[in-house]
Amino acid sequence: MTSQLVEAWVYLSASPLLWLLATLLAYQCGVWCYQRAGSHPLVNPVAIAALLLITALLLSGTPYSRYFDGAQFVHFLLGPATVALAVPLYQNVSRIRRMLFPLSIALLIGASVGVASGVLLARWLDLSPAAVTSLAPRSVTTPIAMALSESLGGIPPLTATFVIFTGVFGSIMAKPLLAALRIDDPAIQGFALGLSSHGVGTARAFQLSETAGAFAGLAMGLSGMVTAVLMPLLAWVLHIAH
Amino acid sequence: MLRAITLFLLFQLSGEVLARGFGVRIPGPVLGMVLLFLFLLWRKHVPHDVKSTASNLLRHLSLLFVPAAVGVIQQLDRLANEGLRLTVVLILSVAITMTVSALTLYLLMRHRRNTSEIS
Repeated sequence: MTSQLVEAWVYLSASPLLWLLATLLAYQCGVWCYQRAGSHPLVNPVAIAALLLITALLLSGTPYSRYFDGAQFVHFLLGPATVALAVPLYQNVSRIRRMLFPLSIALLIGASVGVASGVLLARWLDLSPAAVTSLAPRSVTTPIAMALSESLGGIPPLTATFVIFTGVFGSIMAKPLLAALRIDDPAIQGFALGLSSHGVGTARAFQLSETAGAFAGLAMGLSGMVTAVLMPLLAWVLHIAH
Repeated sequence: MLRAITLFLLFQLSGEVLARGFGVRIPGPVLGMVLLFLFLLWRKHVPHDVKSTASNLLRHLSLLFVPAAVGVIQQLDRLANEGLRLTVVLILSVAITMTVSALTLYLLMRHRRNTSEIS
């Protein structure tokens, strides 16, 4: 009996099915907790799912690469989902046209503050130079952030981790912070979320409203491009080591 | 749904080809989003199934970040030394960025509304 169980575990742990299913279950567990907590922002489904899965991987001694063999099917959908952001964007096109000038200025300022705030705070707290450099591009979507980190001489996988934490922290604080600032326009809420917390923030914005999601998607896409273009200038101003 | 997924993947592929072909450092899916947006502007119409598939995909967008979030596990050693200070930096800097972005946009829009009311 025990040997059969061991055999079953050996078989299952090597197949993509197990960790794909575990990812879906962990996420649904996170959503369930979120709903049970009356949609309290602190009970973040992504954070809960990740904590559950990390615990499971550590306890079972499963390497991340084996986990990813299963989880890659979910991960792959990020591509088409990003493309699909064009649809809510198109549905809000008349409002975007009217807001074009304020949006562009806010984009330039927000993207610059995103880089500068992380670097200056990290220096102030005396973090290692590698951490400072890897923190610089953390506000933008992962592929751009990792490429920028590499060109600055940072550690791209560490940057990817900072990107995720930024997204989760931003998603948790968005609702109370924006309420304290008395920002009740879903367009502004979404834009601020997408600009500061990229895709994870965009996902959070869709939980708030469809309009917030559309503007978050817009901000995420544009801030990635703007940050990539501004980075050499910002790196020079902020004296980020090359 | 099949048609919509095909359309999204087609634009993602176009984005990848464009990004790699011209050596742009923008990710293929982000370029694909821009291309699909331009396509919709040109067609001036979103087919019903594209609309519903997009909204289904985006409703569960959070789920799609879970595998990447689990990737944090690979950096636990690096995070151990400076973990607390890093957390402080990450929380404060995202709060500052969000506040500045929201207030800038809010003030610019209010300013605009005021000037357009006067003129």
